[in-house]
Amino acid sequence: MQFMLLFSRQGKLRLQKWYVPLSDKEKKKITRELVQTVLARKPKMCSFLEWRDLKIVYKRYASLYFCCAIEDQDNELITLEIIHRYVELLDKYFGSVCELDIIFNFEKAYFILDEFLLGGEVQETSKKNVLKAIEQADLLQEFQEVLGVSRNPSPDTLSHVMNILMSQCTK
Amino acid sequence: MPAVSKGDGMRGLAVFISDIRNCKSKEAEIKRINKELANIRSKFKGDKALDGYSKKKYVCKLLFIFLLGHDIDFGHMEAVNLLSSNRYTEKQIGYLFISVLVNSNSELIRLINNAIKNDLASRNPTFMGLALHCIANVGSREMAEAFAGEIPKILVAGDTMDSAKQSAALCLLRLYRTSPHLVPTGDWASRVVHLLNDQHLGVVTAATSLITTLAQKNPEEFKTSVSLAVSRLSRIVTSASTDLQDYTYYFVPAPWLSVKLLRLLQCYPPPEDPAVRGRLTECLETILNKAQEPPKSKKVQHSNAKNAVLFEAISLIIHHDSEPNLLVRACNQLGQFLQHRETNLRYLALESMCALASSEFSHEAVKTHIETVIAALKTERDVSVRQRAVDLLYAMCDRSNAQQIVAEMLSYLETADYSIREEIVLKVAILAEKYAVDYTWYVDTILNLIRVAGDYVSEEVWYRVIQIVINRDDVQGYAAKTVFESLQAPACHENLVKVGGYILGEFGNLIAGDPRSSPLVQFNLLHSKFHLCSVPTRALLLSTYIKFVNLFPEVKPTIQDVLRSDSQLRNADAELQQRAVEYLRLSTVASTDILATVLEEMPPFPERESSILAKLKKKKGPGTVMGLEEGKRERGPDINGGPEPAPASATSTPSPSADLLGLGAVPPAPAGPPPSSGGLLVDVFSDSPSAVAPLAPGSEDNFARFVCKNNGVLFENQLLQIGLKSEFRQNLGRMFIFYGNKTSTQFLNFTPTLICSDDLQATEPADQARGSDSGRGRAGAAGCQHRVCVGLHRSTSSQHPVQVWRNLSECVRQVAHHTQQVFPAHRNGLPGLLSALEAAEQSPAGGAEHFQGKASNGHRNHQSQDYWVWFRAPGRGRSESCQFCGSRDHPHQNHADRVLVALGAEPPGSDVPAHAADEQGDRLPEAVCAAVGAVLAPRLLAQPLSAQLQARQPASSLRVDGMAQCEDRG
Repeated sequence: MQFMLLFSRQGKLRLQKWYVPLSDKEKKKITRELVQTVLARKPKMCSFLEWRDLKIVYKRYASLYFCCAIEDQDNELITLEIIHRYVELLDKYFGSVCELDIIFNFEKAYFILDEFLLGGEVQETSKKNVLKAIEQADLLQEFQEVLGVSRNPSPDTLSHVMNILMSQCTK
Repeated sequence: MPAVSKGDGMRGLAVFISDIRNCKSKEAEIKRINKELANIRSKFKGDKALDGYSKKKYVCKLLFIFLLGHDIDFGHMEAVNLLSSNRYTEKQIGYLFISVLVNSNSELIRLINNAIKNDLASRNPTFMGLALHCIANVGSREMAEAFAGEIPKILVAGDTMDSAKQSAALCLLRLYRTSPHLVPTGDWASRVVHLLNDQHLGVVTAATSLITTLAQKNPEEFKTSVSLAVSRLSRIVTSASTDLQDYTYYFVPAPWLSVKLLRLLQCYPPPEDPAVRGRLTECLETILNKAQEPPKSKKVQHSNAKNAVLFEAISLIIHHDSEPNLLVRACNQLGQFLQHRETNLRYLALESMCALASSEFSHEAVKTHIETVIAALKTERDVSVRQRAVDLLYAMCDRSNAQQIVAEMLSYLETADYSIREEIVLKVAILAEKYAVDYTWYVDTILNLIRVAGDYVSEEVWYRVIQIVINRDDVQGYAAKTVFESLQAPACHENLVKVGGYILGEFGNLIAGDPRSSPLVQFNLLHSKFHLCSVPTRALLLSTYIKFVNLFPEVKPTIQDVLRSDSQLRNADAELQQRAVEYLRLSTVASTDILATVLEEMPPFPERESSILAKLKKKKGPGTVMGLEEGKRERGPDINGGPEPAPASATSTPSPSADLLGLGAVPPAPAGPPPSSGGLLVDVFSDSPSAVAPLAPGSEDNFARFVCKNNGVLFENQLLQIGLKSEFRQNLGRMFIFYGNKTSTQFLNFTPTLICSDDLQATEPADQARGSDSGRGRAGAAGCQHRVCVGLHRSTSSQHPVQVWRNLSECVRQVAHHTQQVFPAHRNGLPGLLSALEAAEQSPAGGAEHFQGKASNGHRNHQSQDYWVWFRAPGRGRSESCQFCGSRDHPHQNHADRVLVALGAEPPGSDVPAHAADEQGDRLPEAVCAAVGAVLAPRLLAQPLSAQLQARQPASSLRVDGMAQCEDRG
C-alpha cells in the first residue's frame, strides 16, 4: 500500500498515512485530486479505480471515506477488508466510532493504524492482538498516573510496572 | 470504552480543536491557528522549563495544525525531547510527530536515531515497538544506515517477543524498499524464511510480506520459501473456520495471510518438486471449490475475504500458466462473476479475465463470454467497469471475432466517456490493423474512427493508415475513393482533411477517371477545407497541390493561381510562405521530367512495430499491454503479422530507416550503434568497448547551437565530452575537436580516426597528422585535449526541412566566402545534390539536367541519416559577381541561389524573410548545417514534406507540428 487517506464528505482530510516518501507538495496535490475524484463517484459504483499508475480502493462509512492506494499487483478485495478491519478496530476502541472521535483523538487513530498496518503492509490481523497492544499502552499510562510515577522514574520502577501490565494483558 | 478513559485527556488540545471546528470561515481558522502558533512559540521559547505534559500537549497541537494542512517550522526539537521521556504517552506523541513531520535536519536525525537506539535497547517491549514503528514510518536513508544491521538481529533473535518480530519484519521491509543497497541479505535470510513456520500467525503474516519483497530481487536466496509457503497455505485452506481463532475473518481462515502466501508464490515458477506441486494444485483446487460452496455468511466481508483469496489464487494460476484444467476452471468462475450483482466483483472479473485471455489454454474459454462483455460495455453504469470491459474485449480479440469487437467498440465510442476515448481509439486502430483480412475494412474503420472521435485520433493513428495505404497497392484506389467521399461531408474533422489530402495527393489519379472526382473536383474539394484548417494541415495541403501539379497537368494553372495569391505567397506563417514560394517556383521552372522525379509517389515504408501500440503501451504503463501482446504472439502468427516485429524491437532495436510512425516509439536515441557507424562520433565510441553509447538525447540541441556559435559542446555523456571550437579568417577555417575524458580512469586504446574523402584535403596535413598521432598517444589520459582539424555534423537534426533549407541557403552563402567545396562524405557515396551542385558550378546551363539524374539517385541512397561534412578553406576569396548568373546584384548569394536553381526554384525576392538576410560576418560553422541541408534538399520538394522527413529520419523528435517551429532566421 502506498498511502491511506481518511476524509469527510465535505472533503476535509481527517487522517493521512504515507508509506512512500513524497514531498508535502505532492501529498497535498494527490490528496486534492483524489478527494475530488472519489467524492464525485456515485454510491453504487465500484470501489476500485485506476488512478495514475496506482489502484485506488475506497469505501464510505457514514460520513467518512477511507481511501487506499495500492500497487498494480496488490489485491483489491483484501484491501477493502483492510479498511473494514481498521474501522472495526476504531469502533471497538472508541465504542461505536464516529467522525468526531477521530477528529478529537486523531493521535489515537494513528496509533491504532500503526499497530495494524506498518510500512504499508498488514502487521497484525487479529483484532484481539491489535487492541491488546493499544490497551496495554493506555493501561500503562493510567498506571503511571495512579501510581504517581515520578517524573523521572528509574528504569527498574518502570519495568516493574510494565511487568504488572504485561501479566494483566496476557490473562 | 468511552473516549474519556483513554485519555491522557489533553484538555487544551480538545478546546483548541473545538475552536477550530467552530470557526465560521477559513480566515477565522487561520487567525485562530496563528494565535495558537504564537502562543506555542512563546511557551517553547520561554524561560520556564516546560513539563512533559505541556510539551506533549503543544507538540500535539502543532501536529494537529500540520495535519490541517498548515506549515510547521518549529517544535521539532521539543518533539525530539519527548522521545527520551519515560512517560509512555509523551514518548508516543513525540514519535508520532517525528513520523509525520520528519525533517532532514541532520542534527535532529542524529538525536532521533539516538533516542530510537535507546528504546530498541530498552527492556521495555512497548517502547521497542514505538521505536520500530517510527523507523518503519520514516524509513529514510539515514535510518537505514543506522539500523539496517540491528533490525535483522531483532527479527531472528530467539527471545524477541512476537509483536516486536512483526514490527521488525515490516520495518526491514520498509528500509529495504527505500534503500535496498543498505540492507544486504545476510545469513539471517534463511532464518527469516523459517518464520513461515512460526506458530504465531501475525508473525507469519509480517514475515511473508518481507520475504515476498526480498524474493522478488533475490529469488535464489529465498527459494526454500516455496515449499514452506505451500505447506502453510495448505494448512490454512484445509482448516475449519474455527481453527485459527482470531485469525479467522468472517468465517474465512486467515485471508490476509493466504493472499500474501499466494502472492509470494507468484515470485516463482511452478514448484519443481512433484509433491510440493501436487500439494499446491490441491490447495488451488480447494480454493476454487470453496467458491462454489454456499456462503457461510451473508455479510459482504465474508464474500470479499473469500473472493480476495480466490482472485489471488487465479492470479497464481495465470502466473504459472501450466495447468489447463485450473485455467479453464478459473475462467468459468470469473464468467459467473461477470454477471454478479456486486459491481466490485464484475470489475475484478473483467480485470482478471484480461490476463486469462492471453493464456493459450484459456483464450478460447474467455472468448465464450464475449456477449456478456459487450453487454457490460453497454449497460454498466460505472465508467471504470466499462473501461475494464474495453480492455477485455481488446484482450480477447482475435481473427475470428475482430470484426464484431471493432464494430462494438466503434459504436461504444460514440457515447464513451471522454476520459477513455483516446485509449479506445488506439485500441480500435490497432485491432483493425492487426486483424484486417480485407484492407478496405481497415480503411473504413479508421475513417469511421476519425468521423466518430476525430479529436481523439492521435497523429500515430492517421500516420499509420497512410503508411498502410502506401504500402498496399490493392487498397489505394479504394482509399482514394473513400476519402474523397468522406471529404464531401459538409463538416469533416481536420484529421480527415489530413488523411484525405495525403492520399489524394498520392493516389488521386486512381479516381480521376470518374468525372465526379475529376482532378479539378478533387482540388476544389480539398481547397474548400483549406481555410478552416490549422497551419500544419495547410502546409500538408500545399504539398498535395504540388503533387497534383505533377499528377494532373491540367490543373496546374489553377494551382499556380492559388499558390501565387497573396494569402499564400505573403502568408504571415513562414512555413506556408516558404512552401508556396518554392512550390510555385518548382512548378514554373521544372520540366515535367523533373517534376515526375521530385514528386514521385512515396516509396513503401519499412515495416516496423506499430507506434500506436507503442503509444498504447506508454499510456497503459509497461507490462499490461506488452504482456498481452506477447501472449497473443505466442498463440500463433497474426494474420497481418507480415514481418511481425519482435517484441524487443519495440523498445531497443532502432530501425535504420525509421518510419513515419516511429514517432511514438519510446526511445528517441538509438540504443545500439547508429546506422552509419562509420561516423566519427560512433567511431570514438566503438573504440572504447564499455561505451557503445548512443548519442545523448540532448545532442541534437548541441548541434543546433552551432548555427550561431563557433564554439561549444558537440556531444556529451557520462564518459566523454566532445567540444568543437572553430575559427575563421578570410578564406581560412580551422576547427578543433576536444575530447574530454570525464571519467577518473584512463581510456584505453582511444583513437580518433579521421576520415577524409579523396576530394578533401585538410589545410595543414602535417598539423593534422600530428594531431591524430598525438591523439593515439595522449588522448587516453583523463582530461586530455585532442585536436583534429575536421568539422562534423550529424544530420539527425530535429529541424524541419525548411529550417534546414534556410540554413542551407544561408550557409552556402557563407561557404562561398570561405570554402572551396562542401562535401558531405558519406559511406554510401555522395548524395546526389552536391554532385549536382558541382555540376551546376561547372556548367550553369546544364545544372538542372544534371540534378535530375542525380536527384533520383540520391533519393534512393538516402537510407541512412548520418552525413559528415569536411571542409577546408583555401583559395577563393569573395566573388564580385554571382558565379551562376554573372549578376553583380547579389554577389554573395550565388551558391545559395545555385542550390535553389538546381532544384528548380528561383532565388526568392527580397521580401521573403528566409532569404532576406545578408552576410552577417564570417560565421562559418553554419556550414555544418549546410551539410544537413544538402542531404535533405533532394527530397525536400517531394511531398508531403513532413512525412518525407519523418519517413527517413530516425524517430527523434520530429512531429508534424514541428513544422510550426521553423523560425525566421532572416
